[in-house]
Amino acid sequence: MRHLINILDLSVGEIDELIARADDIMARPDAYSEVCRGKILATLFFEPSTRTRLSFESAMLSLGGSVLGFSEAASSSAAKGESVSDTLEVVSSYCDIIAMRHPKEGAPLVGCAHSSVPVINAGDGGHYHPTQTLTDLLTIRRETGRFDGLTIGLCGDLKFGRTVHSLIAAMSRYKGVRFVLISPDELKLPSFIKQEYIKERGIEYSQCSSLDEVMGEVDILYMTRVQRERFFNEEDYLRLKDSYILDAEKMKAAKRDMIVMHPLPRVNEISTAVDSDPRACYFRQAKYGRYIRMALIMKMLGVDRAKGE
Amino acid sequence: MNVDSIKNGIVIDHIAAGSGMRLYDLLGLDALDCSVAIIKNVPSRKMDKKDIIKIDADIAINFDVIGFVDPGATVNIIRGGDLVEKRSISAPDRLVNVLKCKNPRCITSCEQDIDHVFKLTDKDNKIYRCIYCETKQN
Repeated sequence: MRHLINILDLSVGEIDELIARADDIMARPDAYSEVCRGKILATLFFEPSTRTRLSFESAMLSLGGSVLGFSEAASSSAAKGESVSDTLEVVSSYCDIIAMRHPKEGAPLVGCAHSSVPVINAGDGGHYHPTQTLTDLLTIRRETGRFDGLTIGLCGDLKFGRTVHSLIAAMSRYKGVRFVLISPDELKLPSFIKQEYIKERGIEYSQCSSLDEVMGEVDILYMTRVQRERFFNEEDYLRLKDSYILDAEKMKAAKRDMIVMHPLPRVNEISTAVDSDPRACYFRQAKYGRYIRMALIMKMLGVDRAKGE
Repeated sequence: MNVDSIKNGIVIDHIAAGSGMRLYDLLGLDALDCSVAIIKNVPSRKMDKKDIIKIDADIAINFDVIGFVDPGATVNIIRGGDLVEKRSISAPDRLVNVLKCKNPRCITSCEQDIDHVFKLTDKDNKIYRCIYCETKQN
């Protein structure tokens, strides 16, 4: 049985297959509307989420399946002190596949050891978020038409930003990729991620603290929110939260075919004036999340044919 | 300095000078009732200085712990006053319930009855990481 904990659990070939499937789902959604009939997805969200949980649920419903679950730890037995392993042991007997988010890093890895059905990591603390990365990859492929040779600027919280860590891991497998890491000193990319996915793979990169300096050189600008929930100290959060704000003025220096991505939710790091710029693709990115999750659910349930195939 | 030789037991030799106490702690030797000697900074031709631990009982020992603290150490098994086995040690690929992850965001900080597992991720620099959150051990 396969689980998805880290984006690197999927090979480049498998990611290509998922992207091709998501493209096909977008082109002819009716052919997929019944392929998971009778299957149940459990969404176990021990930490609040809007997009990820709803897009998982929307994905399963769009495949003709059903969903059950909880959206915060307070409404689950975790509030009574139940362990992750016990929760998964029980819930996996009620469903066919699980999408799980937890504030503690490594919780899905513990969960999958006790689950009788496939577990998808829907985000574990500041660690990994592989389905956001799949969403990001589908976005990059659809918006730029390629993976190779891209210069990717990652801006904001690179320390706790799990989407950034997973995206770097995934993109480091493609040729000619270059990373530009833009963050305040306190929120720099953890050294082991830099070592493992960038330096050891001989990937070109640069680091800076000024967004203006690099606006003109990136093909993709991946903005992130400074996440209040990752800080133990409110003062640090308040000091760092407004480090970067992308506005229409800054966009003037960007390439004409550059794209702006953001895993959302946005607070104020992208001015709403940027939303109407055709290069701003974060809302399209959120939409793609539903289709790539449909493709992933199908794959993990072993459903490999659309209607009529 | 003289420490009596042992009849039945274990001698952990060629421990890098300064690592003996850590090995003593991680092996839980403080819980033993038998005689245990830690000899620090013993002159050595090969190593200049080394630490030695002598355990005066034939106990089961966790070789992974020794390999983690110092893969260059050797273990001599003594029975009836004779050396019956000399073992070389290597750094283990995994360490189970030897170290605790110190990351407060790690699932091991709250999940009960969970094994604390570290994996060797960088052989050259001997870096172990928690398998759950990937935090480096200190």
